[in-house]
Amino acid sequence: MHTLSLNELAAGLKARKFSSRELTQHYLGRIAERDGALNSYVTVTPEIALAQADAADARLARGEAGLLTGIPLAQKDIFCTEGVRTACGSKMLDKFIAPYDATIVKKLHAEAGMVLLGKLNMDEFAMGSSNETSWYGPVKNPWDLSRVPGGSSGGSVACVAAGLAPVATATDTGGSIRQPAAFTNLTGIKPTYGRVSRYGMIAFASSLDQAGVVARSTEDAALVLQAMSGFDALDSTSIERPVDDLVGGLGASIKGLKIGLPKEYFAAGMAPGVRARVEEAIAQLQALGAEVREISLPNAPLSVPTYYVVAPAEASSNLARFDGVRYGHRSAEARTLEELYKKSRGEGFGAEVQRRIMIGTYVLSHGYYDAYYLQAQKVRKLIYEDFKRAYETVDVILAPTTTGTAFKFGENSDDPVAMYLNDIYTIAANLAGIPAMSLPCGFSEGLPVGFQLMGNYFDEGRLLNVAHQYQLATDFHRATPKGF
Amino acid sequence: MTIPAGWEAVIGLEVHCQLLTKTKIFSGASTTYGAEPNTQADAVTLGLPGVLPVLNREAVTFAVKFGLSVDAKIAETCVFARKHYFYPDLPKGYQISQYELPIVEHGHLDIEVDGVSKRIGITRAHLEEDAGKSLHEAFHGATGIDLNRAGTPLIEIVSEPDIRNSAEAVAYLKKLHQLVVALGVCDGNMQEGSFRCDANVSVRRGPDAPFGTRTETKNINSFRYVQQAIDYEIERQIEVIESGGKINQETRLFNPDTGETRAMRSKENANDYRYFPDPDLLPVVVTEADKERIRASMPELPAAKKARFESQYGLSAYDANLLTSETALADYYETVVKASGAEAKTCANWVTGDLLASLNKSGKSIEESPISATQLAGLVARIADKTISGKIAKDVFEAMLAGEGDADAIIKAKGLVQITDEGAIASAIDAIIAANPQQLADYRAGKDKLFGFFVGQAMKATQGKANPEALNRILKEKLAG
Repeated sequence: MHTLSLNELAAGLKARKFSSRELTQHYLGRIAERDGALNSYVTVTPEIALAQADAADARLARGEAGLLTGIPLAQKDIFCTEGVRTACGSKMLDKFIAPYDATIVKKLHAEAGMVLLGKLNMDEFAMGSSNETSWYGPVKNPWDLSRVPGGSSGGSVACVAAGLAPVATATDTGGSIRQPAAFTNLTGIKPTYGRVSRYGMIAFASSLDQAGVVARSTEDAALVLQAMSGFDALDSTSIERPVDDLVGGLGASIKGLKIGLPKEYFAAGMAPGVRARVEEAIAQLQALGAEVREISLPNAPLSVPTYYVVAPAEASSNLARFDGVRYGHRSAEARTLEELYKKSRGEGFGAEVQRRIMIGTYVLSHGYYDAYYLQAQKVRKLIYEDFKRAYETVDVILAPTTTGTAFKFGENSDDPVAMYLNDIYTIAANLAGIPAMSLPCGFSEGLPVGFQLMGNYFDEGRLLNVAHQYQLATDFHRATPKGF
Repeated sequence: MTIPAGWEAVIGLEVHCQLLTKTKIFSGASTTYGAEPNTQADAVTLGLPGVLPVLNREAVTFAVKFGLSVDAKIAETCVFARKHYFYPDLPKGYQISQYELPIVEHGHLDIEVDGVSKRIGITRAHLEEDAGKSLHEAFHGATGIDLNRAGTPLIEIVSEPDIRNSAEAVAYLKKLHQLVVALGVCDGNMQEGSFRCDANVSVRRGPDAPFGTRTETKNINSFRYVQQAIDYEIERQIEVIESGGKINQETRLFNPDTGETRAMRSKENANDYRYFPDPDLLPVVVTEADKERIRASMPELPAAKKARFESQYGLSAYDANLLTSETALADYYETVVKASGAEAKTCANWVTGDLLASLNKSGKSIEESPISATQLAGLVARIADKTISGKIAKDVFEAMLAGEGDADAIIKAKGLVQITDEGAIASAIDAIIAANPQQLADYRAGKDKLFGFFVGQAMKATQGKANPEALNRILKEKLAG
């Protein structure tokens, strides 16, 4: 059952080949048996899952089921789920039971009827590119257990790649959906900023954070993204605009589609194995009728430094609420108010989170604000304008997702800058707020390689269709890791 | 207090004014004062992980109303910013406020001190959320946090340093208070902290000297305390400088028990607030159409009302000022005028005289008056139509105050209708003249003062009900012989 697509699962449920309870139990069994090797779940929720499965079976019996009703899903542990621990990969929130549901949790479970299998491991507060910063320990890559799954959505990709969930939610602030999807042979999409509500998603960098999906195919991703998307009055940055029919739009031909290849993304720095696979993907799309042309995004090389000013600045502010006063970790050693803050935060946050709070505090400080934060906002505008100009001549932009394949544990963890450079191809889409996705295009030395498609604002439908046409012509995305 | 010769004080005020919205500025939690601690703290107020602010547009409308009322510029686009500091009653570790782009800028308010008017500039007014409250009493060795107030909308109104003494400061505050209450944007309750003031004070050697170093005295919550705190600060600063010392730029606290201020924290220990635009909130746009719609919904402002009372009702500046000091009082007065049909001046005398005196005595507000405006109008109408004399009216007023009913009922029950039948008055006078031949003789011999004696006797005989004007005239005729 765990190799079936979401459409196949939906058909099976509808035809009563299996019940949602049976399907859920199958996944719960696989998690119990196999997740010990991966550490992708931090909390498994069998009671909630079975109750939701029974409710889904009842809906199916009454003929009131939607397409996703009864299909299990796992949530990145960054989304608040009422009555369930929501720890965000941090000791700070190890004992935090969320008293409310995030909007997307409501949409996917209460409305669409999906079954919550559990909460997924991640880099602490989504800060990391390898899942090594999680307080719950690193997640392993099912393709090679000595390698990282990428981050921050490491738990999301590992469990879907290993068949421990049919599909999972994820979030992307600087590449946290696309880079791990590329490292684990999955399809992952980060929609336009404002397309999916951020209410109930624990904030890292508010102007960059966007929720999305990781799945085993574009079709699966489109189904779940459709159910997550839409305006939410509880999120002032969510966009009041109808959601396109993402699934219905998957059949269109891509003949004459104009694909831009930004020369800055194909400069030196990419591993030869990655370059070869991405070039083959370009050739494949040309074979399907797409026209390819070189474009320039001149300010793209400024993405990483810009991001590492903006994101830590917002993070230092967003994480100020974790003070040990109302919820979260409170130091037992504190004797004064100042100690309460210093010790609770010192003990509750890991090294990477503390590093980013320090950077963020610095760039917002009196006397430095203009030189760093304001300057970064100006560059951000230039990056946004680059994309705007590019979409006047091309329909989608194609680029590598990562410079290399999944790296080994510890390989980058002593050098923060080397780690930050992992996000070099993915960050610009977050700074500009455009939709972007990664999808598999083969292997290099046995490890998955992905390529990236970036679309114009609210052009998720077109992006998904291009990816779907590619996946109809290829079967890289069907490969699964041995042993899972 | 008089400021010593050779010195000048420079004062600027920051007023925090809680807006009368039903719900908080960024969430649907109620803003009602006095609820059980933390019962009005929803997920957004608590700053739970993942929650987001959503702006209450009513708060924007109120801020615009204020801005328009002080002839300020309303920003077409204003921006919320985060102001960071750690304190247990500040749930998110930052306050959502406005920094570089406030909603209101460049306004002014005209005040009057000892008959001299002066224009005080309003630098800006910005929207922000209030913090919660830390309760240090009643928790042994611990601090209680009540977040009911957290997230209540405020406008912080910042004046130019145009104020030169505590009397001007109090006049400005009272004017501002009257204005925000009249606008209906604030309940003005200083006791409950709905209207609080921070005073920036410095001194210098005369108007041409450069500004001195200022201190900021925080959270002063009565007009009298503002006067005390400013006077204390001026005196203290002059003393420090004259004895060779220097003023530290610092935040000070006012102690109402001693009337003194004391240093709380110096500039060196001041927070670096790390302001930056709040990425969770979009810039707020106020269009010309919004402004016009809001302007049309505004009540008549105190200054305009005062001018109208003078021209429409022919009142003195003093009476007009007094009657327009509160919207409820002005409304009361206008109801009396309309319902009584009497002369506006007579109505003003009754409202500012007997009514306000009785309210003052019983410590009641105009809203709590035991005599309603229509009731008082009923009384004034009976004077106007000469049913009763002004003198009798005083007794009827007392009876109304005692709850004995409307003027007409009291006049009827007590038989107080004025005698206007001149025949009846004349026969009463005839009887008195007949009974007092000696006095009559003396009067006719030139003792004019005895006229009062005859008036008194006649009033007594008619139980005070004789129409005074008719009585005077007839008496004069008869005495003349």
